[in-house]
Amino acid sequence: MNINVDIAVIGGGPAGMAAALSAYENGIKDILIIERDTCIGGILRQCVHAGFGLHVFNEELTGPEYAQRYIDKISQTDIQIKTDTMVLSLKESNGYKVVTAVNSFDGLLNITAKSVVLAMGCRERTRGMLRIPGSRPAGIFTAGTAQRYVNIEGYMPGREVVILGSGDIGLIMARRMTLEGAKVKGVFEVMKTSNGLKRNIEQCLNDFGIPLYFSKTVICIHGKDRVEGVTVASVDDNLDPIKGTEEYIPCDTLLLSVGLIPENEITAKAGISMNSKTSGPIVGEDFQTDMPGVFACGNVLRVYDLVDNVTKDSVKAGKNAVDFVNGFAYSNKNQ
Amino acid sequence: MFENKYKFAVIGIGVTGAWVAREITRYTDSVCMLEKGNDVASGSTKANSAIVHGGYDAVPGTLKAKLNIRGNELIRELADIMAIPFRQIGSLVVASGADEDKNVINLYNRGIANGISTDDIEIWDGAKACSEEPNLNSDTTSALFCRTAGVVSPFELCAAAADVAVANGADFYRAFDVCKVENGKIFAKDGRSVSFEYAINCAGVYADYIAGLFGDSSFTIKARKGEYSILDKNCGDIVSRVVFRSPSAYGKGILVSPTVDGNIIVGPTAIDIPDKDDNANTSEGLSEAFKGAKRSVPSVTEKSSITVFAGVRAIGNTGDFIIGFSDADEHLLNVAGIESPGLTSAPATGEYVVSLLLRKGLINNELRSEFNTERKIRLFREMTDEEKEEAVSENSLYGRIICRCETVTEGDIVNAIRRPVGAVDLDGIKRRVRAGMGRCQGGFCSPRVLDILSRELDKDKTEITKCGGTSYIIRKQEQL
Repeated sequence: MNINVDIAVIGGGPAGMAAALSAYENGIKDILIIERDTCIGGILRQCVHAGFGLHVFNEELTGPEYAQRYIDKISQTDIQIKTDTMVLSLKESNGYKVVTAVNSFDGLLNITAKSVVLAMGCRERTRGMLRIPGSRPAGIFTAGTAQRYVNIEGYMPGREVVILGSGDIGLIMARRMTLEGAKVKGVFEVMKTSNGLKRNIEQCLNDFGIPLYFSKTVICIHGKDRVEGVTVASVDDNLDPIKGTEEYIPCDTLLLSVGLIPENEITAKAGISMNSKTSGPIVGEDFQTDMPGVFACGNVLRVYDLVDNVTKDSVKAGKNAVDFVNGFAYSNKNQ
Repeated sequence: MFENKYKFAVIGIGVTGAWVAREITRYTDSVCMLEKGNDVASGSTKANSAIVHGGYDAVPGTLKAKLNIRGNELIRELADIMAIPFRQIGSLVVASGADEDKNVINLYNRGIANGISTDDIEIWDGAKACSEEPNLNSDTTSALFCRTAGVVSPFELCAAAADVAVANGADFYRAFDVCKVENGKIFAKDGRSVSFEYAINCAGVYADYIAGLFGDSSFTIKARKGEYSILDKNCGDIVSRVVFRSPSAYGKGILVSPTVDGNIIVGPTAIDIPDKDDNANTSEGLSEAFKGAKRSVPSVTEKSSITVFAGVRAIGNTGDFIIGFSDADEHLLNVAGIESPGLTSAPATGEYVVSLLLRKGLINNELRSEFNTERKIRLFREMTDEEKEEAVSENSLYGRIICRCETVTEGDIVNAIRRPVGAVDLDGIKRRVRAGMGRCQGGFCSPRVLDILSRELDKDKTEITKCGGTSYIIRKQEQL
């Protein structure tokens, strides 16, 4: 199936929604948001804790509430949305951008757009990337996947939990798991300090008596079918384990909050130049990548701390996409 | 708990047992396949180098040599029709210095003695090797190139044979942990039993344990662990052939190879272990794997790792495969000590075992006309755009992508559950269609795969496991 739009937005999370709305408000009406989940809202849907919107709305909202503000605004426009739709590739064709996607209803879609906004967010660093030794039982989750099970699906990943990584997702999940009845034995951070928000350390760990250990990491996972325990150890300045500091902690669940990686599968496959430091595409101040008319915003560009900042930058990206579309015939002729 | 009566009971459905079963079903469907694990290929088969060896490494005159050569032929012949992912990319054994150069010459001679055609095996000098494989260590002085070598999906090599055996009438018993043999019956720990006339012992690292249940203590099996890492597809072209190092007493050494799916595999180490089930990774083992890999291909880096694993291989005490009727019990045929090149040999091992059964008159030399070895697997990611369009309009489940990293649809996953030997757990889906094998390692897809399994198998979500046993994924709050 072939469709033509002015702007295609890949990803209907906070970045995509803000960019799409901004484009609409700046005069382009023919916009399509392509979202792989069953509804738009993005990762905010599973972030049921509060702390979003302090800057953008001067309120302290939960993730779903923040997302809903944008979902509501979008529903008052005629921005098109396709959910349950996965983008497979992005290509350039005579100055136009062709986004190939698939869903159960339309089948294979070829979306030709004058401009594309990349807003695919990011994925989580895994056990395999850290090469943590030990067995490979069930019960090892990245914190975001555990969050999805708890907050969207209503299930518990386990009962006795160790968390590796004191980034915000790890801190939030420490509290979340505790509130839902699990026992969180501790949060272990390999660095000397946490890069999570101070308020999360207060409100997620200190308020619940969950210990936070610095310069410690998990050096072995135990258990045949299911996690039975982990061995932790202190690390030196080179982040290497120090012999003699090993300690076995029985548990049935290990949550990993060890880093986010911008999800640029499609970007790289399209031949767009990437920034090896951020793992996102290289962009100018206008958020445009080196494929003319392709913009990137939100976590797909670099990992943000606050969604408010994602929104602010995505608003700019959306407006710049409009400028590109308005100048499109001119720029296309000159290519 | 019910009993069934079979002429043949194959114990252990790794790659060897699966091909033995498939070969027998060409003659009779009175076969049961007994597997301790929750799925086929639960032991060594799921965790090895995945190489289809050319056949120059095994000592001429051994079963290893004979079955390697024949197995290599059969895999190349049957891979397409049985939908077994296989790529004949060729292999190099690289050498640096005079001693290693001599090893290369020895292997060449062995290859010729084993029957490899001179069209398919040749010695390259260092310059040629480095020009054909630009990322090879520049200290390479020679290399043995073998054209008939390749890479395969070891799981699918096993699962395909198992699917064909079951499609042709064999019965598969999963989670059947054999603990006793008595009065013509094989008993499992959970109380199930089957009646049998002849048992074929393909039990891998536990082949000596199974033989012991029949009163046969003629051989022992040691376990040897090997650790591996899989590297991201974005460095998938660092080498285009399998790259081995000149071999040592402990085995073929640490290799660097493309996988059949476009990743790179690095490993294995080789360490004898007392606990036959110990397939844990260690930091020393992984260090050694990367060190060995960098010796041949210096630009290999740990930073590209997307996952690590370890496999255990069965080392028999005779130096060759142990295949034959037991002296202690004429109803037992042992197929033991299947270390490398066991994977490559599997189809030939099946043929060989059946030749032994035929020779003893245990089966009639009459092929069943209804035997069909064809297996059709339509994976969405391998379809052309037109085929994708058609697939979604025929079956809307093909339009729902579940695993983003490897482009696996709900249609693919449901098909994997509905195979003759279907997936029943997350690992079973992962190994059949790759959902969960990509860079996010199941972070995105596993909740969705769990849903689909729960629905298709009509089980509560909390009952879905990673690999059977107690490997549950999630709990309800009441269960905490």
